[in-house]
Amino acid sequence: MNPLPPSVAPHHTSQVPLLETRGITKRYGQVEALRGADFSVYPNEVVALLGDNGAGKSTLVKAITGTIVPDEGQVYFEGRPVRMASPVDARNLGIETVFQDLALVPDMDPSGNLFLGREILRPGFLGRLGMLDRKAMQERTTEAFERLGVRIQDTQAKVIGMSGGQRQGVAVARAMVWASKMVLMDEPTAALGVVQARNVNDLILRVKASGVSVVLVSHNMQHVFEVADRIEILRLGKRVAQFRTADTTIEEVVSAMTGLTVQGVA
Amino acid sequence: MSLSSPQKPALPSGPSPLMLTLRRLAGSQAMLTTGTLLVVMAIFSVLFPGKFATVYNIQTLVVDYSGIVLLGVGLTFIMTSARFDLSVGAVLVLSCVLGAKAMGVVGGSDGGWGAVLVGLVACLATGLLAGLVNGYLIVKARVPSIIVTLGTLSVAQGAAYVVTGGVDLYGVPKPMLDAIGQGRLLGLPVPVIVAALAVLIGAFVLSQTRFGQYACAIGSNAEAARRAGINVDRVAIMLYLISGVGAGLAGFMSLARFGSTTLAAHQGDNLTALLGVVLGGTSLFGGTGTVIGTAVGVFIPGVLSNGLVMMQVLPYWQYIIVGIVLIGVVYIDLVKRRGRTEGG
Repeated sequence: MNPLPPSVAPHHTSQVPLLETRGITKRYGQVEALRGADFSVYPNEVVALLGDNGAGKSTLVKAITGTIVPDEGQVYFEGRPVRMASPVDARNLGIETVFQDLALVPDMDPSGNLFLGREILRPGFLGRLGMLDRKAMQERTTEAFERLGVRIQDTQAKVIGMSGGQRQGVAVARAMVWASKMVLMDEPTAALGVVQARNVNDLILRVKASGVSVVLVSHNMQHVFEVADRIEILRLGKRVAQFRTADTTIEEVVSAMTGLTVQGVA
Repeated sequence: MSLSSPQKPALPSGPSPLMLTLRRLAGSQAMLTTGTLLVVMAIFSVLFPGKFATVYNIQTLVVDYSGIVLLGVGLTFIMTSARFDLSVGAVLVLSCVLGAKAMGVVGGSDGGWGAVLVGLVACLATGLLAGLVNGYLIVKARVPSIIVTLGTLSVAQGAAYVVTGGVDLYGVPKPMLDAIGQGRLLGLPVPVIVAALAVLIGAFVLSQTRFGQYACAIGSNAEAARRAGINVDRVAIMLYLISGVGAGLAGFMSLARFGSTTLAAHQGDNLTALLGVVLGGTSLFGGTGTVIGTAVGVFIPGVLSNGLVMMQVLPYWQYIIVGIVLIGVVYIDLVKRRGRTEGG
């Protein structure tokens, strides 16, 4: 076993983490995707979760978003142990996810997507019949787009006809509108060009400014170094290092990801 | 143009919201379908002056196709959710049979309104049961809907023949024939009123309610719907219940009109309804659907076969035409979809 690198303790050690996982294990048949993974997110920070392919990032993301239930280990939210058996449980805690595939409904307009599963109904009798209040949803969508700087000309057009960047904007806006505590973004720049990726950075900083924490899963080092306050590194199903972005270098992070000990490189 | 960026030049002032709305409306499948129907009707009106465009002919046509409209309303829900129901025609016949049997027990042709009610309940229960079986097998056993409903088609058809021994049942209560099958309300035939009500309710539910929104969502991206916390399985089962009730009601109306189980008369109904749904603008690949479009779309094969009869062409040709048009329309839908996703 490699000795843990001289991990830089988060500058807010006195604080209770917003979300913390301890000793998460998840097996798929013979394969151990996570072997006692720890992870922590503090209030109002952007933390990047990094790791090489197969390090267990996506499994850990699933455990935090309620998509899978771990075999062992515990998730804590604001210091309390929680059980997340479905994405709805995570949502109820104020955690929203921007999935890598965006999880949009292509045949619906942005407001239909923003309010999917959380539709606003008409007041009174019509609402009890299940009638949607499209106008209210439309207005709140336009307002959210303005606030977040998402530019979409025709907000009543279906998502299917939109560009990759526009779709990304819809998915991110949806997460940001509903998240009260934390937004998790899984590879948000994977499908984007350089300029659009920079725009995602702006969005992330806006989320942080509103007091919501962001967990960023990304392969894009430059992107990570631009926005993340901290970096946590997963290797072979375990957390192997934590850095403060300001105190580290890309080289150091990459060596921690790939398994060369930091001491060996430094 | 997506996320705000200072680097990008200002947007050219886009088309006004009014223009966008008008453009959407003009390009909508509903307008196209209505246009097509009107053109076909205009052609037959010119070809057969004083014969096609008469109140009597049009009214007969609308009454004839009111049952198919009922099937089409349910099918619209199913196909919006990217599933199929090939069983509705056979379920219609089976509910005729079980409805007639039930009414036979409580008085048959001498029965009163009580017997009619028994018949209605039996027809609707048959439809609901079929819908439940379809929905449950598709959702829980994960057998593809096209196979499940092809199977229940065969089962329902077989059951109808087993119960009757292949001989049509009669004995429909007189008030049902007089007041419902041949009846009129405010000058309109009752079967047309029933179909119109079903269309209005179906259109409201599909286009204006949360349930309708979920039907579209699971047809467009079921995984996204699931992640949004929608109970996809429950919605799917309810969709099949709707389709089953439509078939049961169509069976009841068929009994009321013909006073017999008409075992052999509904072979083409399922496909005609399917064609109406697709012509009306509901995508065969799910995600979008319009009940009003279906109600209009069903009358395109209706008017065509009516015109063929006037041209003294054998009516069997309509099966050939329905089949060819169905494939053609789906092909066009496919090409349109491909264009849209690649353009994105």
